[in-house]
Amino acid sequence: MADLRSRIAGISSPNPFWLASAPPTDKAYNVVRAFQAGWGGVVWKTLGEDPPVINVSSRYGALLDGNRELLGFNNIELITDRPLALNLQEITQVKKDWPDRALVVSLMARMEESAWVGLVKRIEETGADGLELNLGCPHGMCERGMGSAIGQVPEMVEQVTRWVRASTRMPLIVKLTPNVTNILWPAEAARRGGADAVSLINTVNSIASVDLDLMAPTPTVDGKGTHGGYCGPAVKPIALNMVAEIGRNHVTADLPISGIGGIGSWRDAAEFLALGAANVQVCTAAMVHGFRIVGPMIDGLSQWMDDKGYGRIDDFAGAALGNVVDWNSLNMNFSTKAVIDPDLCIDCGRCHIVCEDTSHQAIRIEANGGKRVFRVVDEDCVGCNLCSHVCPVPQCITMRPEANGKPYMNWTQDPRNPLRAAQG
Amino acid sequence: MTAAAHNGPQGLDDDLVPPLNALQAMAESSRCLYCYDPACVNACPTGIDIPGFIHRINDGNVVGAAKTILSANIMGGTCARVCPTEILCEQACVRNAGEQRPVSIGRLQRFATDALMARGGGHPFARAPGSGKRVAVVGAGPSGLACAHRLSMLGHAVNIFEAKAKPGGLNEYGLAAYKMTGDFAQREVAFILGIGGIDIHYGKRLGDDLQLGALSGDYDAVFLAIGLAAGRPLGVEGSDLAGVMEALSFIEALRQGRAPAVAGRVVVIGGGNTAVDAAIQSHCLGAEDVVMAYRRGIAQMGATTWEQQLARISGVAIKPWLAPKRILGSGGKVTGVVFERTRLVDGRLQGTGTDVELSADLVLSAVGQELREGELAGIPVTEGRIGIDADYQTARPGVFAGGDCVKSGLDLTVQAVEDGKRAALAIDRFIRKGVSHGRSA
Repeated sequence: MADLRSRIAGISSPNPFWLASAPPTDKAYNVVRAFQAGWGGVVWKTLGEDPPVINVSSRYGALLDGNRELLGFNNIELITDRPLALNLQEITQVKKDWPDRALVVSLMARMEESAWVGLVKRIEETGADGLELNLGCPHGMCERGMGSAIGQVPEMVEQVTRWVRASTRMPLIVKLTPNVTNILWPAEAARRGGADAVSLINTVNSIASVDLDLMAPTPTVDGKGTHGGYCGPAVKPIALNMVAEIGRNHVTADLPISGIGGIGSWRDAAEFLALGAANVQVCTAAMVHGFRIVGPMIDGLSQWMDDKGYGRIDDFAGAALGNVVDWNSLNMNFSTKAVIDPDLCIDCGRCHIVCEDTSHQAIRIEANGGKRVFRVVDEDCVGCNLCSHVCPVPQCITMRPEANGKPYMNWTQDPRNPLRAAQG
Repeated sequence: MTAAAHNGPQGLDDDLVPPLNALQAMAESSRCLYCYDPACVNACPTGIDIPGFIHRINDGNVVGAAKTILSANIMGGTCARVCPTEILCEQACVRNAGEQRPVSIGRLQRFATDALMARGGGHPFARAPGSGKRVAVVGAGPSGLACAHRLSMLGHAVNIFEAKAKPGGLNEYGLAAYKMTGDFAQREVAFILGIGGIDIHYGKRLGDDLQLGALSGDYDAVFLAIGLAAGRPLGVEGSDLAGVMEALSFIEALRQGRAPAVAGRVVVIGGGNTAVDAAIQSHCLGAEDVVMAYRRGIAQMGATTWEQQLARISGVAIKPWLAPKRILGSGGKVTGVVFERTRLVDGRLQGTGTDVELSADLVLSAVGQELREGELAGIPVTEGRIGIDADYQTARPGVFAGGDCVKSGLDLTVQAVEDGKRAALAIDRFIRKGVSHGRSA
């Protein structure tokens, strides 16, 4: 049994699965249920100065597939709408009752030092394990000068981090918004400000859908809608990239990362950890399935680590990061070809039609009695992978690298590159 | 639906395979892989764009789904109910590989076509500008109606002549009630006629009230869709006893609300789907014991495996290798049937010399149907069916034929519909000769 214990910014937890600051971590009732279900840690839903915010009715939007499986999710909820004192009292009690779990408190305030420091001082008294600065919420709060209104300006990120850093010795995580041109700018700013770690991504600005009867965006509040924060499986690729960008940027390479964004399975988590995240935070998957989904995440990760011979998370943490490179470093001499296993093929024809219509016309249909045989024409196949992605049968279409005997040669070395001389 | 998951119809009007609700249709339609040029389409005699209509259901475009179906098969509603999908589209579904459970294409087709018909709001297809041409269609069954509908779409005026009092042919008179509940046959005909340009004249039987020669003279073309109207005789002693009847007459009576009183033991002679329909319905009507006796083996039965399983689940005993030899009676009423056991010897069916007697209060003969050749005014017949060329034209120019009265494929409703559709296109080309047309299927 692999050791799943995890540590970030000096905060330990029995496993790397935390619940992100969001509706599931709004109060003791939920958080206790989450701990009972096995979650390693929780980031308490963002606290703000009193009086608490008021939320609207109708808060969530969703992107569903044809069988109503959730692909993406968005929300227009604000930070906690409960009194600060009540939240602090519950946090104190929960931490006391669950000493082995990580309990981090998210907070948000105006661009004023006293507001931030005031909140920090009160949170310190709860015995919580750390702070997470919410500089990412992209809806509602940003219109009041908070959340992403701060997170989108690196100088403000640095300033807020400095204020908080100077006021407390609590571990300090800065949560970043993906709604920026370059994630490295706020990440570097957080580091300069003294953050112990960053967490990302917060939600992506979005309109979940348009109600074609109401002619209004969803979620709809009395006939109107507003942009909300997008999350769920659909944002995972965006999050993975931003985590990797921070991890391979020399200025931020040593900055611990709490990975967030579309994590719904042990495999998703393992991918974030492999790109250098120290732990992961989950929200949408719990909102879709309940807290019980941490069970399969824990034993799935453990089983995979056992199968791979990884005794601890550190044994594979960041293992994929070194293989994330600039396009210019890719080997131009590498060639891979699609191979279709005729025994696994069920004759759906999807590989053919997508290659024929949208790619390189490299999959021919040949008659073989009653059954069609799909044959890849190696000369025309560019190894794009499209066919293998649309094939409904796992392992039916695989990509086989060609043994062409050619050495590594990247674009900067490629004689076909017209700018090669200038670069060289 | 598999027979294993079915208890058989619980009564005459029990919908054999109930309609999918919206939730079921969403789940089932999401199973379709949207294959390209797939085997299911090739397995459909009418070539319905199956992935196309299922994709539209999943898209929430049920009207588009229904129009996709009906543009290829105007009787998509009936075919959704009665097609032996287990030997056609669903047998070819790629979901059989891996899951051994095809997409329920028939039930999805019913979901879409029922939704369109329930919606009302006008016929979904428009007629081309009037051609000034007139076509006579003989027979208002699936083939005749499909032909008439397509001819009307193409701008021609159609007169249908029907021997019976109602339209629909076997849909109305010859299929099990549990497959066509809720007067569906008549509702579908009304829907088809909604295109306009089609008049039906009832009580007009070819050879009696109607002469082919006169029709040929009065119309630009004639389409014969007369089916196989005569029951093949059993040809054994005692066939004229009271309590011996043709299975199709039995089904017709019960479909028309004149269900015969059935009690005691019923012996159905034959191995096709009509035999199964009659056997199961006699059980529903109160028979204590129902036996289906077939002169060949299970593997040679015309009834599909699903129909056979349905019969067994419904309490019908299937007895193969029994050839009827003599029907027994007492006081002019049937009391039983003597069969001779048979076997295959070098591929030929032979009697074994051993007799088996089954007692019976009702004997239903379902040994096949035959063409009424006398109606045809000398049009050549080949192997019991009207001879046609690749354009569905008989030996007499301008006279076309399709449906069960020709041999174009399997003897199925869906084939009859395809015949009617293709014949209409051929007739259109024929009567527009010299006119630029360029239409094709």
